[in-house]
Amino acid sequence: MSLVHEIDFGTPRSKSEKMVTLTIDGQSVSVPEGTSIMRAAMEMGTQIPKLCATDMVDAFGSCRLCLVEIEGRAGTPASCTTPAMDGLVVHTQNARLAALRKGVMELYISDHPLDCLTCAANGDCELQDMAGAVGLRDVRYGYDGENHVFAKSGPKHNHNSPEACENDHWMAKDESNPYFTYDPSKCIVCSRCVRACEEVQGTFALTISGRGFESRVSPGMSESFLDSECVSCGACVQACPTATLTEKAVIEIGQPEHSAVTTCAYCGVGCTFKAEMRGEELVRMVPYKDGKANRGHSCVKGRFAWGYANHKERILNPMIREKITDPWQEVSWDEAFNFAAKKFKGIQAKHGRDSIGGITSSRCTNEEVFVVQKLIRAGFGNNNVDTCARVCHSPTGYGLSSTFGTSAGTQDFDSVEDTDVVMIIGANPTDGHPVFASRLKKRLRAGAKLIVVDPRQTDIVRSAHIEAQHHLPLMPGTNVAVLTALAHVIVTEGLADETFIRERCDWSEFEDWAAFVAQPNHSPEATAIMTGVDPKELRAAARLFATGGNGAIYYGLGVTEHSQGSTTVIAIANLAMATGNIGRPGVGVNPLRGQNNVQGSCDMGSFPHELPGYRHISGDAVREQFEAMWNVKLNSEPGLRIPNMFDAATEGTFMGLYVQGEDILQSDPNTKHVVAALSAMECVIVHDLFLNETANYAHVFFPGSTFLEKNGTFTNAERRIQRVRKVMSPKNGLEDWEVTLGFAKALGYEMSYNHPSEIMDEIAALTPTFAGVSYAKLEEVGSVQWPCNEKQPLGTPIMHMDGFVRGKGKFMLTEYIATDERTGPRFPLLLTTGRILSQYNVGAQTRRTENVVWHEEDRLELHPHDAELRGIRDGDWVRLQSRAGETTLRALLTERMAPGVVYTTFHHPTTQANVITTEFSDWATNCPEYKVTAVQISPSNGPSEWQKEYDEQARQSRRIAMPVVEAAE
Amino acid sequence: MDTHTSTSPDRLIYMANQIGDFFNSQGHDHAVAGIAEHIKKFWDPRMRKKIFEHLDAGGAGLKPNVLEAIASLKK
Ligand code: SF4
Ligand code: SF4
Ligand code: SF4
Ligand code: FES
Repeated sequence: MSLVHEIDFGTPRSKSEKMVTLTIDGQSVSVPEGTSIMRAAMEMGTQIPKLCATDMVDAFGSCRLCLVEIEGRAGTPASCTTPAMDGLVVHTQNARLAALRKGVMELYISDHPLDCLTCAANGDCELQDMAGAVGLRDVRYGYDGENHVFAKSGPKHNHNSPEACENDHWMAKDESNPYFTYDPSKCIVCSRCVRACEEVQGTFALTISGRGFESRVSPGMSESFLDSECVSCGACVQACPTATLTEKAVIEIGQPEHSAVTTCAYCGVGCTFKAEMRGEELVRMVPYKDGKANRGHSCVKGRFAWGYANHKERILNPMIREKITDPWQEVSWDEAFNFAAKKFKGIQAKHGRDSIGGITSSRCTNEEVFVVQKLIRAGFGNNNVDTCARVCHSPTGYGLSSTFGTSAGTQDFDSVEDTDVVMIIGANPTDGHPVFASRLKKRLRAGAKLIVVDPRQTDIVRSAHIEAQHHLPLMPGTNVAVLTALAHVIVTEGLADETFIRERCDWSEFEDWAAFVAQPNHSPEATAIMTGVDPKELRAAARLFATGGNGAIYYGLGVTEHSQGSTTVIAIANLAMATGNIGRPGVGVNPLRGQNNVQGSCDMGSFPHELPGYRHISGDAVREQFEAMWNVKLNSEPGLRIPNMFDAATEGTFMGLYVQGEDILQSDPNTKHVVAALSAMECVIVHDLFLNETANYAHVFFPGSTFLEKNGTFTNAERRIQRVRKVMSPKNGLEDWEVTLGFAKALGYEMSYNHPSEIMDEIAALTPTFAGVSYAKLEEVGSVQWPCNEKQPLGTPIMHMDGFVRGKGKFMLTEYIATDERTGPRFPLLLTTGRILSQYNVGAQTRRTENVVWHEEDRLELHPHDAELRGIRDGDWVRLQSRAGETTLRALLTERMAPGVVYTTFHHPTTQANVITTEFSDWATNCPEYKVTAVQISPSNGPSEWQKEYDEQARQSRRIAMPVVEAAE
Repeated sequence: MDTHTSTSPDRLIYMANQIGDFFNSQGHDHAVAGIAEHIKKFWDPRMRKKIFEHLDAGGAGLKPNVLEAIASLKK
């Protein structure tokens, strides 16, 4: 193995379709118009020396190292800023250019430390490379003059010399960021970092302060990196050609020697990375330029937050216990499999075939999810399989399949580059889907318009060089009313796209729908009293969306996690169809998926009523195909969904649960009810990296493997199937799919696969939308978006291009029904929940990394007015109470919240935000209503009784018994 | 204290009515068919059994279209 090398073309690719032809060093080369001479040369294999150019940012032309001569033009223009043109004759090297370049390099090196041998960038430093490339052999200037190199300098030019004097130009290293350092003495002020932060990340945290010799890179207003606006995405570190910005892991370990391309295991953006290794040790993750979701960018989680794999709390041995009050016993894999199998068989013998089930993980690979649902359907003999997507995006599946015919978003991420009006509903992309947010912001800075529908003033509403045209701050729970009001304006003002609707949708259904939304009670003015949205703003937003060109809707959990979640998704689909915004680049309906493989786990048949590929279990033809392949009779009745499992457990008809890679206790609503359900079960198997909260109620623990330790595929929010590649051996001994196979075998249902690629082959054979997917194809083309089959062998970036999957697009009526979770005198405020950038989901992984420096605890955000009424100051402990329970956390006063609405995240188990949330759920899918809970808050002295009891129970439950005899191995 | 940990059949009645609320705007015939279809597609047999038992016991609390839909399913 060796490092995966990517060519740096020096300047970004031009998208022009017009080609120009020029001659470089006697060779003719054709490139798209707008390509720099530097890039044109690189495309034919000639690397012109360069320092300040790199292809992730626009050229700046400051270092003057990339000079060339062009026949018929005077001087020596910079090749990075000079565009290729028809007929140019360019020379990249001659005596004059060589002398000029040497002079430039000499100046750079004269103000640069010469500790190359011990420098962390040794072997990966472009300054070093360029010194070599231009043939620099000696530097005539010493450190006598002014320099930035040493803390002290003096007559002896010896920075160790005690009699040397202070050097005002020198700056100490900034090591405040947990993952990278900034060593100003090595900076060549090429501004690549500044441009990366602006153009790629869109945060504008860095500036070059001062001028000429005084100029320095500076985060914020001369702050440290940690105190600045910096979100630690690492783009600047990647852009830096020297050791100035360097990963701490590289400083500690050294340069990597081999790498493999793999996919981030955090969010649904699905960034691909080169995992750069030294032996089996991960040195760093570098975003992969060819990654079609991320195009070479990443966020702090994917790039840096992988330390959890080595965290001391990670469990590496299987464990069992009879009762949850017992300490855990470490056992061999076989003992654990047999113990679990015996329990599950016993439960079925006693309570019937349908008394056990399982939950698949949205964090595991497609192959792992597929074998778990196969184990349940074929091995357990029932359909009690569900996935945590239940609690986030199940309404997306229901809503989009009802209207369009597929349970997935319609676009690829590249599509945003062609969007003119972006509508974001109930999503906070800068925190939840950061790399997509960066791509979106780039488009917004280039002039696209933005509409935000969200109770909170999220960061995207106003950020560096971006301001939403319309922010509709609605009351939580009124999404349907707002969307129907938008439709009302579009229909009554004659803005609907009739041509599109006549051609692509069922016209009579449209007419019914149009008559429905046109009713006066759906107007913005009539609904304002419930929604709290200014009717004028709403009308303006509707007009902009309908008439502003390509309109794209992006939405998140603020849409789905409501009692009308499915209705809202349908309303979004209606809106897209009514405005003709479906079936081409730049438009569409795009759910932003939370976890990395939410899409994949849904595709793989994780729902109790659906076989892989979203086909209902009662369909005989499809079921028989599976029966033939699996050699077993399948149950044709839908099984239990997660909330139904809990109800059935408390009732005594559901007694055994296998949970793969999820922490249902922390992530599901109404913790007390979940605790009661888990305690009622006779055997709970948790398969995870850590003793998570659910494991406190488990009898068997199967240790899991990280994404670095296994092979497989993930499917991101754009339906893109990407490889996960094993770069180290599983520390727990088995890859997760092997664990499921071991358990299945102990149960008497053997599945024989030697490699996950064989599982994918089976998926492809059974699922028409995956028919063309194989590891060989992924090796060849990198990634594909399903449907991938004979008709679309390379996948489908944009869906519904020439007609909807279901035939005609279906308009459906969306009556607004207020949730029963209402405020009243006892619970006058509405609580809504969300997430932040540096933490992920229930935080099991991110809490075990340095990311905690950005988010040590969950805080309750509230408007100063609500706080003042209750005598609460910023930072005070407050008691948060709902009808379901109460918890305490500290207050954060902010005007982002409308008065009457409070907000918190749920990344830390001690917060127990879900003790508060209730069991109201989406009417169609039972997706819990996390986003609306009526609450009261009051000052408090500290953690509630329940929190204390809970902590004690957790502490007791996590005990692991000391081995009695050391096995003599 | 009300903790919302309502056990069936209350919870099932609540869920069934919620389904009804979505379909009701489509008019009686479509609504009854839609509700029945939805329950058939998504409810596990033990949940259906329980709601049928409740129907046999008079179906208190079920809204009219929902009651009709469940009755049609039971046939
Ligand atoms: S890490 Fe990202 S946000 Fe921070 S300064 Fe670098 S590019 Fe900007
Ligand atoms: S920190 Fe690195 S990228 Fe930024 S100006 Fe200095 S040398 Fe260039
Ligand atoms: S967490 Fe999401 S945005 Fe961040 S690197 Fe991973 S996939 Fe990309
Ligand atoms: S690389 Fe062209 S001026 Fe620096």
